[in-house]
Amino acid sequence: MSLYYLQKLLYDANRDRALRARFLSDIDSVLPAYDLSEEERRAFRDRDIGLLYVLGVNGQLLMHISAHWGMDHIAYRAALRAGVQRHGPVRAGLYAMTTEA
Amino acid sequence: MSLAFAGICSHGPGITQRAALADPGQLATLHAQFARMRIALEAARPDALVIITGEHFANFFMDNMPAYAMGMADYYDGPIEDEAWLQIAGARVPGNPELSLRMIRTIMQDVDLAYCQEWKFDHGIMVPLHFLTPDYRLPVIPVNINCQGPPLTPLPRSWAFGQALRCACDAVPERIAVIGTGGISHWPCTPDAENINVEWDREFLARWARNDREALLSYTDEDTYRDGGQGGFEIRNFIAVAAAAGGRGDVWHYEPMPIFSIGCTVAVMDTQPGAPYRGPA
Repeated sequence: MSLYYLQKLLYDANRDRALRARFLSDIDSVLPAYDLSEEERRAFRDRDIGLLYVLGVNGQLLMHISAHWGMDHIAYRAALRAGVQRHGPVRAGLYAMTTEA
Repeated sequence: MSLAFAGICSHGPGITQRAALADPGQLATLHAQFARMRIALEAARPDALVIITGEHFANFFMDNMPAYAMGMADYYDGPIEDEAWLQIAGARVPGNPELSLRMIRTIMQDVDLAYCQEWKFDHGIMVPLHFLTPDYRLPVIPVNINCQGPPLTPLPRSWAFGQALRCACDAVPERIAVIGTGGISHWPCTPDAENINVEWDREFLARWARNDREALLSYTDEDTYRDGGQGGFEIRNFIAVAAAAGGRGDVWHYEPMPIFSIGCTVAVMDTQPGAPYRGPA
């Protein structure tokens, strides 16, 4: 479980335009600098925002990156709900769903 | 001189980002209330605007998270979000580092806070400024209260911060405006983002408007999370404004707008202890 570094990468990509460009174009060049599990690396490679949500990533960080991944708010919320349906309830953090999946 | 203006307002990014999807009548009413606040703010002739927000990991992260932070920069750039996504063009907002320094020194007599010579504004500041100082000419001094990454500062500390901020306003010759931004109940960035607990919001605003310290500080974080969602932790910003202002509030606008994920709020408060809101002095 390396939720801290999972979120740190999103925080860094949000602030640093050069890093964000690599995050978007060549994710494998970015991942080694962060202490991530294989599941977490897979979530980034697959742009699986639903899995990132289930892993406990803060919603504010997720919302920022969803914009860069070209998702509007409807696609974003649908992806979160689908993530919970596929991977189970949110495992950590404050942004858990309060309605039924 | 002192505290020249005090108020609170919403800062949800949906207000600009999803404006085209809102009910036109509700949107026009909200914009009119923001304009009313802008006019009142201008009438107060402030030299600087202290804006208290709970930012969203734009500047602060869990490697080094201050409970309270205050800007001390020449200028601030924003928004950190994608401009096309937020629908707010990039801007450089002037600061006043020398005034910041004097105010921070006074606040530090009572509350430890971090100072920041660089700060990128996120929607928590840019959305209110977009409506309240759209030409970005008024110097701004940002304040962050950590409402994102637990452990969170206890509510009585937010009150103490507001009191210390008032002492800092009273100690400088400049006219200072203070505006707190945030949501009351909201579940942003989740699949439940259209939830709004209107009853809880109205009760909070009633406590805020009568500046009822005991009632405002009686919320536990467990209660807030259950009734107001993780976004509800931003009541800290509104509580700090109540402590700084000291008077009674006037809620000019509250309307739940699920498309924006919040109950849109615009409210002002008198700056004399116990006094009803009388407008700019």
